Amino acid sequence: MDFNLLINAIFAGLLLGGFYAAVSAGIAIAFGMLDIVNIAHPAFVILGSYIAYTVNINLGVDPILVSILALPAFYALGAFIYQVYYVSFEKRGQESLRGLAFFFGLLFITEVTLILTFGVDYRYVEAAYIGPSIEIGQFELPLRMLVPCVVSLVLFGTIQLFVTRTFLGRAIMAVSQDQLALQLMAADPIRIKRIAFAIAIATASIAGALLIIIQPVEPSVGRDYIGRVFAICVLGGLGSMPGALIAAILLGVVESLTATFYGPSWAPAVSFGFLLLTLAVRPAGLMGR
Amino acid sequence: MSALLHVDNIGKRFGGFVALDGIDLEVQPGERLGLIGPNGSGKSTLVNCICGTLQNESGSVQFDGHKMDGLAAHQRTHRGLARSFQLPRPFHSMTLADNLRIPLLYTVRARAGLLHSAGDLDARCTELLTMVGLDKKARHKPRDLTQVEMRKLELARAMAAEPKLLIADESMAGLSHSEIEDILKLLVQLNERGITIILIEHIMSAVMSFSQRLAVLVSGKKIADGKPEDVVRDPEVVRAYIGQ
Amino acid sequence: MNTTTFSTIVAAVGLAVLAYAHWLGVDYFYFAGYTILQFVVLATAWNILGGYCGYVNFGTAAFFALGAYSAVFVHKFHPLPIPVLIVIGAVVSGIVGLGMGYLTLRLRGAFFSIATLAMAVVFQTLVVNWEYVGGSRGAYIIHPENVEFAGYKVHYIEYLFTLMLLLAVIAIVTARTIERSQLGFGFATIRDDELAAEACGVPTLRVKLIATTLSGAFMGMAGAPFPYYIGYVQPQSAFALDYAVNSIAMPMIGGTTSWVGPLVGSILLGSAQQYATVTISSAVNLLIVGLMLVAFVIIAPNGLIGLVQERMRAWRKS
Repeated sequence: MDFNLLINAIFAGLLLGGFYAAVSAGIAIAFGMLDIVNIAHPAFVILGSYIAYTVNINLGVDPILVSILALPAFYALGAFIYQVYYVSFEKRGQESLRGLAFFFGLLFITEVTLILTFGVDYRYVEAAYIGPSIEIGQFELPLRMLVPCVVSLVLFGTIQLFVTRTFLGRAIMAVSQDQLALQLMAADPIRIKRIAFAIAIATASIAGALLIIIQPVEPSVGRDYIGRVFAICVLGGLGSMPGALIAAILLGVVESLTATFYGPSWAPAVSFGFLLLTLAVRPAGLMGR
Repeated sequence: MSALLHVDNIGKRFGGFVALDGIDLEVQPGERLGLIGPNGSGKSTLVNCICGTLQNESGSVQFDGHKMDGLAAHQRTHRGLARSFQLPRPFHSMTLADNLRIPLLYTVRARAGLLHSAGDLDARCTELLTMVGLDKKARHKPRDLTQVEMRKLELARAMAAEPKLLIADESMAGLSHSEIEDILKLLVQLNERGITIILIEHIMSAVMSFSQRLAVLVSGKKIADGKPEDVVRDPEVVRAYIGQ
Repeated sequence: MNTTTFSTIVAAVGLAVLAYAHWLGVDYFYFAGYTILQFVVLATAWNILGGYCGYVNFGTAAFFALGAYSAVFVHKFHPLPIPVLIVIGAVVSGIVGLGMGYLTLRLRGAFFSIATLAMAVVFQTLVVNWEYVGGSRGAYIIHPENVEFAGYKVHYIEYLFTLMLLLAVIAIVTARTIERSQLGFGFATIRDDELAAEACGVPTLRVKLIATTLSGAFMGMAGAPFPYYIGYVQPQSAFALDYAVNSIAMPMIGGTTSWVGPLVGSILLGSAQQYATVTISSAVNLLIVGLMLVAFVIIAPNGLIGLVQERMRAWRKS
């Protein structure tokens, strides 16, 4: 076995996995903590990619900067969607079938709107760090993978701090475990959940920018990520952010190795195979409650 | 074993929480057993483990001479175990009559090839509904019922399965005095026909008048098991439960 | 109305549609009609597991594509008449449905649905890497222009249309028969309260497995003629998520509690999509489906049938 190839594949996998963490952060919150099966999340990530693309191409602004500026808009979108979801489904106790169908519909609405607006050509952004690589000995770390990985870890770390150190964050953890107790503490669980979901959607803005830095994007790219993000969250254990991070990196490495040694056409099976394996063997995941 | 139900040292935990801590229990055929204990003492968990809704991690359950371990809930129902749920779980999309039809179709008919015609089924449904006083609402759906009526439906559905052992899990909560009397009369009638009954209740007057034997569960352990008059005077029981 | 009467009526309606199509003599009618009838079968099949039992299957495309690829596989080996391929497709997809059910039905609601999505992608990846049926490059199926039946020459597309019409009739009659049977009751208990169903003696796992097997088999049947209809099969399109969203949207828009819902939903939504494809573009199709799905799920959770039933109830009270 080519040792060089192996090490490069592992490094690529680590960087990729780090990025995957950013994409799954939203599901880790929405599904892991709020029990909302938002399968439209990858579509929102792609939306973030296209927003970053549009501003980057027209105004030359750095895509990550764009995504940060777009955070309030995504937050508002998330709050709005949760409100609709709550009034239509959660309140009526019909969240399972209808909630799933709702988000499925949103997935397609978002994807097709992007197709109609931007067409199906691949789009990519331009930034100073896309192209050059850092060289460590004989190994290469492309900056276009390293920067998103770092930003993703920062994002993840911020969320983890928020959830463990702030009152609001801990209220979110609490609402996922015991809604009644939270009510008795005079906090409005609906408001807490809305904030949490809005934050989850806001992460899509940043994840989208990172995605389009790593690879060219077209509207249906999101579909590949549906399984990945759920695989990561289930494998990591629902409700555990550190678990999701570990799972994301693990998945990234395994996918990278599979693509390198068996060909990229087998890569999709990896994440979904992982998911099925986890569900069959240990549905609670690595660090599940 | 002449006991109808033999629960042998069963244990069940949820994560770090021990819900059942080695419970032994025997119920003789035709007996009326009362089971009491504070909230959270494990009564419903015990019922769930006996009936197969949950699988116990240790110990075993024997019913009617057969080992129940590993059997799914529906298989235990087929063998003659029936229960009502503490929080009623009716089939919301069906009428009351149809709710009762389910155990008739899937348990009674499966068991002995009885109830062949639709007419037989209808007649039995009406009979059961009349026993609990819900015959006027046979065509209604559960959403039209009061809480009290839902509990009666729950009980009727358990009865529909023609069990050898019926576990009534807090069927009387919220009932008026006369309604409690009605349910007790009904249960006694069933018992006289040969059905063994375990009554789980908080309403002490009902438990005392109904039970031939009384068992007390506290924090997953059985702390008393004997004649009702003796059990209620047991100092440990008084301290743990009645004294609260 | 018993099953025989109902089957006769449905078959008669089917014959009427066929006669009308023949009289029209427009090829486009056959092409568009085939697509809509295909959706009738897929929506009805999905509804057996989704509407009756309450288990949302995202993997419709997998069962459909397995039916299609079984046909491709057999075709490469030794071409057989399509009705035989339909049976093969039914068996293959039915067995896969059974297997999938056995592996995933112990998972609660949302996990089950995600698992079905995962299985669909795994199957897609397997097919993409399977060179014999063309892999990612796809497979070409060439069919004759006409088919001979007892001396009559029939246009190939009319032949396919007839087959799909027959499948739709079978699917509808099967769905209605199930609804009114003991099995249908069993399905409903699983949808309403699975725990209570078990306590009443319903063998829930076995009943659910019957649902997944039947559902899968019908989807496979709908997929078997597909290679002959389209001429060129590639995994990208055969396994498209579009099949999933359509087979979910159509029953939900029509109404999930009976066989009428998927029929109504697929005809309405299918026709709307055909219209959009011809007048605007085919990309708009999925936008329509998405919008209608979201709208109905929010406003009319019981679908069009639910709305009609409510109207009738209100009218009866006044």
